[in-house]
Amino acid sequence: MITLLVNGEKQVVKASPDTPLLWVLRDDLGLTGTKYGCGMALCGACTVHIDGEAVRSCVIPVSSLAGKKITTIEGLSQNSDHPVQKAWAAVQVSQCGYCQSGQIMSAVALLAKRPHPTDADIDLAMSGNICRCASYSQIRAAIHRAAKAG
Amino acid sequence: MKSGAALGAGLTLAFYFPSGLAKSVTAGAAPDTTPITAFEPNAFLRIAQDNSVTVIVKHLEMGQGTYTGLSTLIADELDADWSLIRVEGAPANGSLYNNLAWGPAQGTGQSTSIANSFEQMRKAGATARAMLVAAAAVQWQVPENEISVNKGVVQHLGSNRRASFGDLVVAASKQPIPAMVTLKEAKDFQLIGKNTERKDTLEKLNGTATYTADVQQPGLLTALVAHPPLFGAKVKAFDASKAKTIPGVVDVLQIPSGLAVLANGFWPAKLGRDALEIEWDESEANKLGSEEIMQQYREIANTPGLPVRIEGDCEQAMTDAAQKLSASFEFPYLAHAAMEPLGCTMALKSGTGELWNGEQFQTMTQLKVSNVLGVKFNQVKINMLYAGGSFGRRANPRADYQSEAAYIIKAIAGRVPIKLLWTREDDMRAGYYRPLNYHTLEAGLDDQGKLIAWRHRIVGQSILADTPLEPVLIQKGIDPMSVEGARDMPYHIPNIHLDLHTPKIGVPVLWWRSVGHTHTAFSIETFIDELAAAVKKDPVEFRQQLLADEPRLLNVLNLAAEKGRWGKPLAKGQGRGIAVHKSFNTYVAQVAEVTVTQNGQLKIDRVTCVVDCGMAINPGIIEEQMHGGIGFGLSAALRGAITLNKGKVEQSNFHDYAPLRINEMPQVSVHIVPSSKAPTGVGEPGVPPIAPAVCNAIFSATGKRIRSLPISQHDLRQT
Repeated sequence: MITLLVNGEKQVVKASPDTPLLWVLRDDLGLTGTKYGCGMALCGACTVHIDGEAVRSCVIPVSSLAGKKITTIEGLSQNSDHPVQKAWAAVQVSQCGYCQSGQIMSAVALLAKRPHPTDADIDLAMSGNICRCASYSQIRAAIHRAAKAG
Repeated sequence: MKSGAALGAGLTLAFYFPSGLAKSVTAGAAPDTTPITAFEPNAFLRIAQDNSVTVIVKHLEMGQGTYTGLSTLIADELDADWSLIRVEGAPANGSLYNNLAWGPAQGTGQSTSIANSFEQMRKAGATARAMLVAAAAVQWQVPENEISVNKGVVQHLGSNRRASFGDLVVAASKQPIPAMVTLKEAKDFQLIGKNTERKDTLEKLNGTATYTADVQQPGLLTALVAHPPLFGAKVKAFDASKAKTIPGVVDVLQIPSGLAVLANGFWPAKLGRDALEIEWDESEANKLGSEEIMQQYREIANTPGLPVRIEGDCEQAMTDAAQKLSASFEFPYLAHAAMEPLGCTMALKSGTGELWNGEQFQTMTQLKVSNVLGVKFNQVKINMLYAGGSFGRRANPRADYQSEAAYIIKAIAGRVPIKLLWTREDDMRAGYYRPLNYHTLEAGLDDQGKLIAWRHRIVGQSILADTPLEPVLIQKGIDPMSVEGARDMPYHIPNIHLDLHTPKIGVPVLWWRSVGHTHTAFSIETFIDELAAAVKKDPVEFRQQLLADEPRLLNVLNLAAEKGRWGKPLAKGQGRGIAVHKSFNTYVAQVAEVTVTQNGQLKIDRVTCVVDCGMAINPGIIEEQMHGGIGFGLSAALRGAITLNKGKVEQSNFHDYAPLRINEMPQVSVHIVPSSKAPTGVGEPGVPPIAPAVCNAIFSATGKRIRSLPISQHDLRQT
């Protein structure tokens, strides 16, 4: 039994200790907004926040997370109105949408550290998140927009 | 044989099906006898008493924006309030929801969604509007022509009466369906041509959009399948005893495609699969490597293929030519590698198989899955979900992953629903690749530098061969998908000879975003560039002269040159290249600007893209599809290759099959040609020109010709 703090709620899970956080979120807690894309921390579709840091949940064993604060896309805002989500809506970023939860979680973590990122900052922080639809120009525009909105 | 009505001039394909299939597809649904709670004038929309308008979209939403596009067509004719439009994916029903470009088959592809639905959706909306107006006219005792509709409100100004759509649900349902409706003129469009907000935006930014892997059902078991290491290998013997000791593993089953592990969740299923001991029978398997296949193709290309396009006398013209050039081109296998790996959820209850899937080819899936399950065609139901990309992979005439799920559910007799998941490695190694191709091109020019002869030979596996579509789509041995873009090569040349070899190789192949155009556009557009250089002509000017009879291509070419700063000075190490190509009745020209450093580092700086897709339904989505096509095409051009070594796929995940990332995305500017012509597709046509435009730019920067892809295998260092 492992007790996790996910989106502000305590969750007791029975998964084996080596289970990556991603599968605990998806299969045990029903939080399917976080996606599987590669299982090797290569694509960023599974990005969540652990104590505010963007982390690839597909390679983090759940046993290492007792007492840490985990935030998923479902916990980012009550009404889909986080400034980054608002910017995403205004720019109409999504195509297939599958990578978008991870993209948004990475962007939120970036803006927390660098409220007004340059294009180079965006390249550095977001190049771990693949978008096969190549909505990259829109992602960049949305991050700048969110930064402006503060 | 029942023929499919192909919409739009020049559409190359209409799908035909054996009459037995057509019959089973067209068996209608039972009449609805439930009390009226919604107004459902046809299969495409439903208006509820809460004023919501639900549009039933027959095409798969895989990112290309079809939920928004088709809804826009209905909503405009209906004069609906866009904010009250909801979208639902249509069930599998080929008689109601067939792709009109494909006859009786339901499916999404060939960039046909908007083109085949343009009139159908507008008529659906206009019919509903007419019935709402008729209902109001009866209620208010006023003439219909005095009633107006605006943003979901029906009103009669003279008597100051108004009603919402919801108010009229019951009355409109009792109106006869009009035999004829008048569609709006373009000047009256309210939504068409505007950047209406996508319908899938909110769900996709808060994590609630449901994809196949997100389906949850009581008692559901997750299935992972151990696939053979070689295409065509089979399980010979196995020992599952270790796998079965892993907590959470419920069962291990042998199915035709391998060994399925059923477990409570992904992780135990994966641990169980890792613990399997399997001996494979590789006697029938493909053991050829990519290089051996390519070498076979090079040899085959020395012999004449099946004639595809013969104009004039190429042989004689080549003899007469003052100058001749030839080149060969090599293209690797490519995986689709959508962000969402393949999978589907399936249940089997009382003889009905039910799928939850982002389904791209309903009719073929129903056919294959019903065969596997031994049930009737119409006893295969499909619940439509979003697809996390597809690029063609989710439309497979062999329904590979759906059949795999069907074999599993059949093996457990539908005891519980199962969710088949593929890992990234499964997805990348399962085949159904863009075929490996080899082209040779030869051109003859007269003493004025005029192109007088063109010989093009293509060697590559057929996509349609050995599928249920072969008997009706392959004509005289020619798979149209092998030669599209070359068969209709637009340059005016008096003597043309195009032929084709389609060798059989044991590697499964499939259409990959823009299909044949992915290789034909490259060889044609880089070879044309080579010819321009050989006669010392500007590449744009050289093309202009050959496109005098192709006004729409010429126009996008000229606009791209203008917007793409053609001829303007460049810094040392920079180059500019152009390519123009028509695919799926859409015309696209792109100018790429690249930088190649002294040590051979390549950067794509800027791409200017001009698209003529007829009337623009949603310019924002068109622009995004051009960006997407460019990014997708660049991934492949720069370093995309699936390679086989002794039959084994060498790539497995995004480290060795590495898509473009944000830091590599060029600045893209898109220009849409204003047009009042019927709309054509945009999902694929952005792809074909980018690789040749980039390679032509590399030539301009370095003088090096790239004739095999990906570019990463070439040394671009300046010596």
